[in-house]
Amino acid sequence: MNMNVKTEFKYVGTRPIRPDGPDKVTGRARYGADLNVQGMIYGHIVRSPHAHAKIKSIDFSAACKLPGVLATMSADDLPEPGDRKIPGGEVEMALKTFSPVVMARKKVLYHGQAVAAVAATSPELAAEAARLVKVEYEVLPHIMDMHAAARADAPLLHDDVYTQGVDPAPTTPSNIPTQIEISTGDISKGFAEADLVVERTYFVPMCHQGYIEPHACVVQTDENGKVDIWCSTQGAFMVRTLTAAVTGIDIGRFKVTASEIGGGFGGKTTVYLEPVAVVLSLKSGRPVKMVMSRDDVFRATGPAAAAETRVKIGVTRDGRITAIETDILMDCGAYTSHPIMAGVLFNSACYRCENVRSFGREVLTNKPRVYAYRAPGIPQPVVAVECVVNEIAERLNMDPIDFRLLNAVDEGDVMAIGIPFQAIGLKQVLQEAKAHPHYTAELKAGQGRGVAVAFWINAGMQSSATINVSEDGSVNILTGNPDIGGSRASMALMAAEVLGIPVETIRPSVVDTDSVGFCDVTGGSRTTLATGGAVIKAAETLVKELRKRAAAIWSLDIEEVDWTGGMAVAKSGTGLENMNREDAATRGDKTLTLADLAARAGATGGPLCAVASHNAHNAAPSFALNICDAQVDRETGKVDILRYTCVQDAGKAIHPAYVEGQMQGGAVQGIGWALNEEYIFNEQGRLDNPGFLDYRIPVASDLPMIDTVIVEVPNPLHPYGVRGVGEVPIAPPMPAVVTAVNRAAGTRLCHLPLSPPKLLAAIEAAEAGTA
Amino acid sequence: MQSQRKTHVSTTVNGEPREFLCEPHQVLSDVLRNTLNLTGTKEGCNTGDCGACSVLLDGTLVCSCLVLAAEVEGKGVVTVEGIGEEGKLHPIQQKLLEHAGLQCGICTPGIVIASRALLEKNPDPSETEVRYWLAGNLCRCTGYDKIIRAVLDAGAVMRGQ
Repeated sequence: MNMNVKTEFKYVGTRPIRPDGPDKVTGRARYGADLNVQGMIYGHIVRSPHAHAKIKSIDFSAACKLPGVLATMSADDLPEPGDRKIPGGEVEMALKTFSPVVMARKKVLYHGQAVAAVAATSPELAAEAARLVKVEYEVLPHIMDMHAAARADAPLLHDDVYTQGVDPAPTTPSNIPTQIEISTGDISKGFAEADLVVERTYFVPMCHQGYIEPHACVVQTDENGKVDIWCSTQGAFMVRTLTAAVTGIDIGRFKVTASEIGGGFGGKTTVYLEPVAVVLSLKSGRPVKMVMSRDDVFRATGPAAAAETRVKIGVTRDGRITAIETDILMDCGAYTSHPIMAGVLFNSACYRCENVRSFGREVLTNKPRVYAYRAPGIPQPVVAVECVVNEIAERLNMDPIDFRLLNAVDEGDVMAIGIPFQAIGLKQVLQEAKAHPHYTAELKAGQGRGVAVAFWINAGMQSSATINVSEDGSVNILTGNPDIGGSRASMALMAAEVLGIPVETIRPSVVDTDSVGFCDVTGGSRTTLATGGAVIKAAETLVKELRKRAAAIWSLDIEEVDWTGGMAVAKSGTGLENMNREDAATRGDKTLTLADLAARAGATGGPLCAVASHNAHNAAPSFALNICDAQVDRETGKVDILRYTCVQDAGKAIHPAYVEGQMQGGAVQGIGWALNEEYIFNEQGRLDNPGFLDYRIPVASDLPMIDTVIVEVPNPLHPYGVRGVGEVPIAPPMPAVVTAVNRAAGTRLCHLPLSPPKLLAAIEAAEAGTA
Repeated sequence: MQSQRKTHVSTTVNGEPREFLCEPHQVLSDVLRNTLNLTGTKEGCNTGDCGACSVLLDGTLVCSCLVLAAEVEGKGVVTVEGIGEEGKLHPIQQKLLEHAGLQCGICTPGIVIASRALLEKNPDPSETEVRYWLAGNLCRCTGYDKIIRAVLDAGAVMRGQ
């Protein structure tokens, strides 16, 4: 079912300066906390001091006595979630799994959970009033360890969670909301056929997306019932949907404007402050601003799940994989969001194997509810699979890339979940990596190299786009996807390609929910593919309209008019290929440019505009490979990343610089997760490192340059061959780094992060063992 | 709680004389953003860990979230709004754009300020010197590669190369 995929481009694949760039380097761009409006007051959240407790009562009386306190709220101001299901981004969500994250109801399930809120005339006064809100708790035992929480006799977080995916359905509640298993072939037979079986268990800690901009919003309400939200988010329409659901206010009353967004990585695919500010604004009749502190962001917004993965892989002597078995236990915090699905379905999707069994369970603990973080659910089990693959290649005395090439999936192969692959670029990625000078560069004593590959499914989903032509022939493109990493530039490039006009004459904008059709979130690596798809569609509609207008001016049939090189050309001439205006004029062909047609729009039927709505079912998988060289200081346990290379199949890189940026940024996030980043909870269930000093993300001096190689195996289902690029980059770094570090140090650490104290202890143990 | 009396401060911001009233506890980043409406200076942590609020105070690179607003009396503050000339970007800004040295852009004002402080002090830094100088400016999007290249390239332009 291959469509015609365009492979020759004039604008796509070039590197113009992003249209929103000047605003961002001069400080003019406005982010969530940058808006101040007339009459604005400030909201402040009261947060739970306990990791698990019943809320017995909330007393606002002392707070309300402070002059300048204008509103208070709690879960009593929000409708009971019941069993309502809400369509949210990539998956349907039960309202009861995120409404209590906005505002706890009857119980608190993690330290820092929102319990109440106040609004006052200054931020300091609001904070003071929040301290005066008296909340009476009945403290309950908390469970932080996922193994303990998974036991049948564990204290329950929820009395209405029954494990899904078990047959027959359980009759008693538990802390395991989901169990899932997929299998293909005969796993026992697969291991029986193996000459070598390696089994290991890897642990990956809970970590945070670590976006630099804290959550922020400003909400205004008016006399007509309109609710106007300005906020930092990955999706204005998602904010509309979820805020309406949490507050019980009709969707039609909302207008949501996404500010510029200071990073999200999946962490801004939900609401925290917006419903609270809406209620406080409605109660006070004033605009309400709310900004999270960094401490709030770490304690009370979605981290990524921790997971323990046991993996067992069998191979023949000549390096053919005969069986892959994985068992994942995933800590998803206090409410389930099904982060385990992708982990179970796709952890070994890079490999052709007849016998696969993949099993996983989610566990609830007294920690913040996890949310998406770049390829959610996949990096954790991929560490285990890829590290074991490296170990097997080593034990078979095979090159790790050759081993992978021997087992790599290709077009026509069928995934364990039964979906066949169309054209994919895994083999090309492996070959490019093998040919890269980095791969064969010499290592010194005490240095180690690791490679790893990963797969990600990528999302499609719904998008809209509007194109308006100005009187001078310049073009505005309106979409509803917050530009988190250069997507305006990609939209402009794709429109330029269809319209045949210089990319600089196109002005792409991200507009509010009143000004463009519905768009799902900027997430799932979908914006260039799906919103770009809507832009291409709208541009094609516009071209057809332009041909129609030209045909009317010339009294021709539309079929007698072509659109080429940014102008309408009457087909009466010959040699339409490679035409330019001079040639056409010399030959006496009739032409009308976009500017000509725009100037005459009124006379030919009215303003030139086009709209497209699009439900993208054409997402295609991405594969990425990383090569990491590391060195370990044997006296301190500190790791230096010496050299790093990323290879990835982008399908088609619309703006290659921003594709490279996704690869580099994802790689460095993965390096951070491998070496330093982890949530550290104390015995009271409180996060001990809720700031950038103690939760240490990589800084510039930690890193070398990150080399990139973009492979382009076009997605056969997309007109320009686009795949998604944003998420897969975070999947290969952890196993590449862990393998490199263990080789450099002579250790076999399986418990991440490989922080200096842990590594030092392992080095000392290894030395003592061999002494 | 709010104090009874505010402090009057006379200072220079981006070469222009400015006056403001502030609470004794208010930090410079707060006043720049919310009193003087210079929201180009960003707040990512308010603990001096992320560098998004970097400004120059009498030519010295500081985190404006760690400076009390009252301390800038009689001093000169340069924020991102004061970088570049009317209608023309500074080479650091231009090179960040050319190298795609920003994705979300929230750290960019701090990177611009910190890089300018570096290149004034050291017009021809090595890659390692740029990396250590910018180690206090967190960027979660780019992995720093394109930022470092942009700063090195801006240095070359400023040296006339």
